[in-house]
Amino acid sequence: MKLSRIIANTGEWLSGSGPHDQIVVSSRVRLARNLRGKPFPGWAKKAERLAVLEEVRTAVEQLPEMEESFSERLEDLSPLEKQVLVERHLISREHAAKGAGSAVVMNTAQTLSFMINEEDHLRMQAIRAGLQLDEVFAMINQADSELEESLDFAFHHDLGYLTACPTNVGTGMRASAMLHLPGLVMSEQVNKIINSVNKIGLAVRGLHGEGTEAMGNLFQVSNQTTLGETEEEIIGRLNKVIYQILEHEQNARQILLQQRAETLLDQIGRAYGILCHAHSVTSKEALNLLSFIKMGVDLGLFPFKSRLHVDELFIETQPAHLQKGLQTTKLGAEERDSLRAALIRAKLKQMPEPEIGKISGDQTTTTTSEES
Amino acid sequence: MFCDVCKSKEATVFLTQIVEGKMQKVNLCESCSKEKGVNDPMGFALADLLLGLGAAQEIEKNPAGVRCPVCGFSQIDFKKTGRLGCSACYDAFTEGLAGMLKNMHRGLVHTGKVPTRLALARRRTQELTKLESALAKAIVEEHFEEAASLRDQIRSLTATEAENQAGQEVKTVNRIAELAENQEGLLAPTPKKSKKP
Repeated sequence: MKLSRIIANTGEWLSGSGPHDQIVVSSRVRLARNLRGKPFPGWAKKAERLAVLEEVRTAVEQLPEMEESFSERLEDLSPLEKQVLVERHLISREHAAKGAGSAVVMNTAQTLSFMINEEDHLRMQAIRAGLQLDEVFAMINQADSELEESLDFAFHHDLGYLTACPTNVGTGMRASAMLHLPGLVMSEQVNKIINSVNKIGLAVRGLHGEGTEAMGNLFQVSNQTTLGETEEEIIGRLNKVIYQILEHEQNARQILLQQRAETLLDQIGRAYGILCHAHSVTSKEALNLLSFIKMGVDLGLFPFKSRLHVDELFIETQPAHLQKGLQTTKLGAEERDSLRAALIRAKLKQMPEPEIGKISGDQTTTTTSEES
Repeated sequence: MFCDVCKSKEATVFLTQIVEGKMQKVNLCESCSKEKGVNDPMGFALADLLLGLGAAQEIEKNPAGVRCPVCGFSQIDFKKTGRLGCSACYDAFTEGLAGMLKNMHRGLVHTGKVPTRLALARRRTQELTKLESALAKAIVEEHFEEAASLRDQIRSLTATEAENQAGQEVKTVNRIAELAENQEGLLAPTPKKSKKP
């Protein structure tokens, strides 16, 4: 199957729905595995990498769940195509930088993806909309169990699954959820939350993981440690913390509604105004303003059915997605910014103005749109 | 933006380092940057950045000359890249790794998923250990009939295993045979020769 056909459709995690999907954008679990006795990709010679690639790719392609899939060597993908996959969280930025000897295999629903010869021989992930870490873990765990019948994974009796970086050893698992937290950002509580989450061995990061900035009020919460706990314990701990953050975010939104309704309306109204009329928007500005529109949808200021439009814009306004339909050469930043503005204007035209009556003045109607 | 090391103070020192063509960025607060010796770029090991404070010192606990017998990775490579060369490196660099893993993780022993194949082997080993101690006890207590039956159970368990793995289990059966032999020769030791795979 061709990549263009796959990326023409938004993945299931984007268009689908799941528990608490107003605040939890997606849940993801990734497992790192290596073949016994073979040098890790970063240390292997090209011939060794190619041999591992062949072995792992064959095994992955034969998985029953990968019957309808896309499989390609990274050197055969254009930089733009790789970037589209990064923006969809289907491959990592590190993997996109790889050339010969690496490959990606993913299913058409874009819920399962396998990175071959990233930092480890195999990194496989499952991703879905909303808060469903247990479900995505079950999906990827199943794939792992099937793979272990044909691949000899490096496993140590004390240290568990062995990985190129000691930070991943043990379960080799990184479970994460992408959270949309405009309420906590606006009420300036988010740093407090990040600090306390960091203290209990979980990490909070920006949109694209390690070392990236938090844009669009999107934060990724994940486990930091991989050794000494079972997969279920790690996910349980993570779930507990996510539920707490969820509650804090909902409370923050309620307090904003009750005490700073004007500020809230102002922010949402400004975001709507700028996005409806701007002719040049950077991707960072787009994400930050779209975040307010998204919160506006959650608060009932915009019709519920516009949710998907807004969620799609989060992805469609990213630099590579913007250019994926175009057959032209790579656009410059300025051209991208005006193309992005045009795209957003067109989408927002389908949305009515915010219904300010829903939250201004009378407090009694404020809670109707908020789910507990 | 917070400091990458202490994660509590505001970062004021922004370090970009290019190692083997890869760009690595680190944001540090003033006190952490002094502590890490950022002014001296050569003294700043990537391992510290990737693996956390003190990782480079831990790595140095391994004797400088040590190389992984399988892939040839050295302690210096580890310190420079913060990554290991192959799965066997975990045995080659145990000394430095132990301290590092302790700082990094919640425990030092994996308690999660085990590949089915190994889980079966592990269960078999546990079963053998149990039988073995029961056998020893039976011999000491001179319950020789029971001991003979236990010996047969051990043999049947190891016979199938020996087809795949002529390793540990065979040793166990030999040891049990020796043990039996010492007990007045009542249990005729006829350990089955292990079939090489």
